[in-house]
Amino acid sequence: MTRYRIVIISLCVALLLLLPCGLLLGSVYIPASEIFKAIAGSVPQDSVVSIILFETRIPALLTALLAGTGLAVAGLLMQTGFSNPLAGPSIMGISSGASLGVALVMLAFGGALGVWGRMATVGGAFAGAMAVMGVLLLFSSVVRSSDVLLIVGILIGYLASSAITLLNFFATQSGVHSYVVWGMGTFAGVSSEAMPLFAGLVVVLTLLSFLLAKPLDALLLGNRYATSAGVNVGATRTVLILLSGALTAVVTAWCGPVAFIGLAVPHIARMLIQSSAHRRLLPATALCGAVTGLFCQILSVAPAIERGIIPVNAITPLVGVPVIIYVLLNRRKLAYFN
Amino acid sequence: MYCSTAANLLISTDMSSTTLHSILEATRLSVGYISGSPVIADISARLEAGHLAVLVGANGSGKSTLLRTLSGAQAPLAGSVEIMGKRVGDYSRRGLARVLSMVYTDRTMAGGLTVSETVAVGRQPHTGVLGRMSDADREAVAKALEDVGMSAKANNFLANLSDGERQKVMIARALAQDTPLVILDEPTAFLDVASRLEIMGLLRRVASRESGRSVLLSSHDIAPALSVADDVWLVDSTGRRLICGQAGEMIGSGLLDLAFPGRDVRFDASRLDYVLATGAPE
Repeated sequence: MTRYRIVIISLCVALLLLLPCGLLLGSVYIPASEIFKAIAGSVPQDSVVSIILFETRIPALLTALLAGTGLAVAGLLMQTGFSNPLAGPSIMGISSGASLGVALVMLAFGGALGVWGRMATVGGAFAGAMAVMGVLLLFSSVVRSSDVLLIVGILIGYLASSAITLLNFFATQSGVHSYVVWGMGTFAGVSSEAMPLFAGLVVVLTLLSFLLAKPLDALLLGNRYATSAGVNVGATRTVLILLSGALTAVVTAWCGPVAFIGLAVPHIARMLIQSSAHRRLLPATALCGAVTGLFCQILSVAPAIERGIIPVNAITPLVGVPVIIYVLLNRRKLAYFN
Repeated sequence: MYCSTAANLLISTDMSSTTLHSILEATRLSVGYISGSPVIADISARLEAGHLAVLVGANGSGKSTLLRTLSGAQAPLAGSVEIMGKRVGDYSRRGLARVLSMVYTDRTMAGGLTVSETVAVGRQPHTGVLGRMSDADREAVAKALEDVGMSAKANNFLANLSDGERQKVMIARALAQDTPLVILDEPTAFLDVASRLEIMGLLRRVASRESGRSVLLSSHDIAPALSVADDVWLVDSTGRRLICGQAGEMIGSGLLDLAFPGRDVRFDASRLDYVLATGAPE
């Protein structure tokens, strides 16, 4: 059996093990036997257990899984697209741009968001993410160093943050409150009504990005070799930016600016499968993102019985930062840096 | 058997005398940047099937600009470039990638790809949207690796190869692309002596009458390049022109001295290389 197959099967097993853990854990203690009964359908649908399970825990687990997938794939697209293994939606200011868009919408609506309000936040997040992506794209045609581009992204992130602070200053209190809560990040924000839309968008965008495996491999050899292989580098890069921006925007609109998953997961996937070939790396990254998202969700609820839920953005750096530090310290040993 | 060979010979001579189409043909070509005056003006050159041509000239004389224009990466200021009888600008990207493959100077940083995955990128102009490789594609990759002597390292990561080996892999990628023309811009610039010689020998085998494949490379490794070249294209930077000729004739002609005008060097035909014009010990 190849290493790739072993990794994929292991990740699937991890998903299957984490899901029941996620069902068991939460701010209310429910015994495993009750959960089995509820899933088997032998508990009335309007019982507390059923409501907690089907309206809270299962949507949150699905959201975590999908958000992890979306962010990880967005991160990989950006890392290959910008030829920089340290690129990622949160690092390069894309999440901040999306946040600014969401802040504009939320503060305009003044707090309470209906279905249309939620759609408007998705639109705002997308516009914000695209605006930052567009600026980065403009800079990338002027600045050749991908490190400088990374710093430009970080600076744009600060600009967006300062704009958000200014907006908050002039906004109503309820608007600010809902924005601050959103900004802490949560996988509990997708209602079961919105789930088909959220899941559909993440799945479709992820599958679309799988179609880019071929030009992405060529881009690994650099723009000129990609061109020599018949790849339209400009168009490919535009599609990459649209896809990764859209994935980031969708996840950010519903879950808040979740940091570090997009940056760290592609590295975990590359180290696991020991390859940068996107035909394998894209599916491995998507799966690894799902596992990481679930893992972070479980960490955020695990210690929380009777105490509420820890914001996701308090958890993801704990998972992501050690990976990035490991990667930075070992860059001479890791094949894909050389 | 004998007859058919003779007939083939007859046909091929016939073709070469009348309709021999060159792989690469530049006609009254001027290259440079729109803002400035042309770097090289009004030149014509052709590269025959199976030939290996070496482009020589001083730094800044416009070698790279010329290669970029010939490969379609930059529009000519005037004149035309044709590959296989068709203007470069008239090819689709994919179409051009099927007739021309490129090799560049810089070290390729794609360490996370294996040697065979890197070479497989050369098959992209021939595969479908998803890049799925057929048996024929895999065979082409294996053959290309064999041709450059890297079969044993097919599953190694690019990261674990020496610079010379990396460049051989990039050449294998160009071979797997299976194009009639390969253009290389100083492919040996950062390599050690052994790798430089090996790569020149390799390029000589790549360009052959049997394969029908032609090679055009720019190089500062004068002696090894001249020893394998069929043709020499010399950029005479004072005249902003290109002097093309058969390697043997060019070496004996004294024309190679024109590559470095006003510099203290001259071409020594017995060494196949440039030497100091004054003060050099005999």
